[in-house]
Amino acid sequence: MSLKKIIKSKSFKVFWEPILGDNPISVKVLGICSALAVTTQVIPAIVMTLAMTFVVTFSNFIISLLRHVIPKNIRIIVELVVIASLVILADQILKAFAFELSKQLSVFVGLIITNCIIMGRAEAFAMANGPGLSALDGLGNGFGYGQILILVAIMREFLGSGSLLGFPLIPENVYAMGYENMGIMVLAPGAFIGIGLIVWAQNEWLRRKGKQRNV
Amino acid sequence: MFEQLASIAVKSIFTENILLAYFLGMCSFLACSKKVNTSVGLGLAVIFVLSITAPINWLIHTFLLKPGALYWLGLENIELSFLTFITFIATIAAMVQIVEMVMERYTPVLYTSLGIFLPLIAVNCAILGTSLFMVERHYNFLESVVFGASSGIGWFLAIVCMATILQKLNYANVPKGLRGFAINMIVTGLIALGFMAFAGIQL
Repeated sequence: MSLKKIIKSKSFKVFWEPILGDNPISVKVLGICSALAVTTQVIPAIVMTLAMTFVVTFSNFIISLLRHVIPKNIRIIVELVVIASLVILADQILKAFAFELSKQLSVFVGLIITNCIIMGRAEAFAMANGPGLSALDGLGNGFGYGQILILVAIMREFLGSGSLLGFPLIPENVYAMGYENMGIMVLAPGAFIGIGLIVWAQNEWLRRKGKQRNV
Repeated sequence: MFEQLASIAVKSIFTENILLAYFLGMCSFLACSKKVNTSVGLGLAVIFVLSITAPINWLIHTFLLKPGALYWLGLENIELSFLTFITFIATIAAMVQIVEMVMERYTPVLYTSLGIFLPLIAVNCAILGTSLFMVERHYNFLESVVFGASSGIGWFLAIVCMATILQKLNYANVPKGLRGFAINMIVTGLIALGFMAFAGIQL
């Protein structure tokens, strides 16, 4: 398949739409619960994105496979069981291979269970579409979530600790001239205000493109 | 003993507010803060459910899931802590259901005022988060009771603050792109900044 054909295909659209246009955090306002706490530094934000993408992709895939078997009136609890099992898997993998990071993320990996994005995608997409498309939709939503998470993390780590990915970026002599890190960015209000500003910029950008939705 | 409990209460209501410092329960916080009445109802329901689920999850964790917790059955070597997430979420969902049924039977007035919010609470991350924090910080039973209730009170305060500010904000002229989610986040940030002023308080 040529590149043009791929871009025009439905599956590509399903994957790409949540990343730019229909972002789960900034446009649909879902799943901010566990998102902000891990954004003081870039590395935990990336790990959280990976864990989240893993869970949402596979939960979409599995729920879509089961969609004809699940009885309608107990579907929420079935979905919850699938999601919780995947989160346990992600948590155990993190504990085994990246113990320090999993300590740093503390309860927030567990809180992926109650992340509304996963439940929302399962309800809105996986229950109505085939497994392949659902997995792509999950992947796209995971990346869309990660995009905002990593943007906020870059801003907070750079302004708050003067580094990126743990490497100091601001040279010593700038500090000597009287520059100071903004302590507020590391604390909770920095995250709220930071995400507010990023969403503002994104809304303006979408509006210029004539794609503004009524949020 | 009392001092320690009081310090946990002050901490989880003001300085380490579950919403403003740990970002938990944001979804329903943003969705239900348009009117003061609804936010009061939801806040009360959260306090209620949190004060019940935190001690129950403590009992489950201590007597069933913790490493070595099954010694009273003679099974010292079995460790079930990997089941923590799934048990906690199931307990919370079941408790919310039971609370809903009991309220419907005995306090119909309270039920009709809180009714619609109760199912929402099962997936509120503040509830699961409180239980997980309680485990991570090794609280004892009394501490977990106090921690549960005061986390709920902290969440209640935050959402009522937000709802009153948003009602005033209706009359303000906010730039177009900033409207909705973006301005809500910035307002929340400013409330969080205000709550941080409590940080110096220690008992």
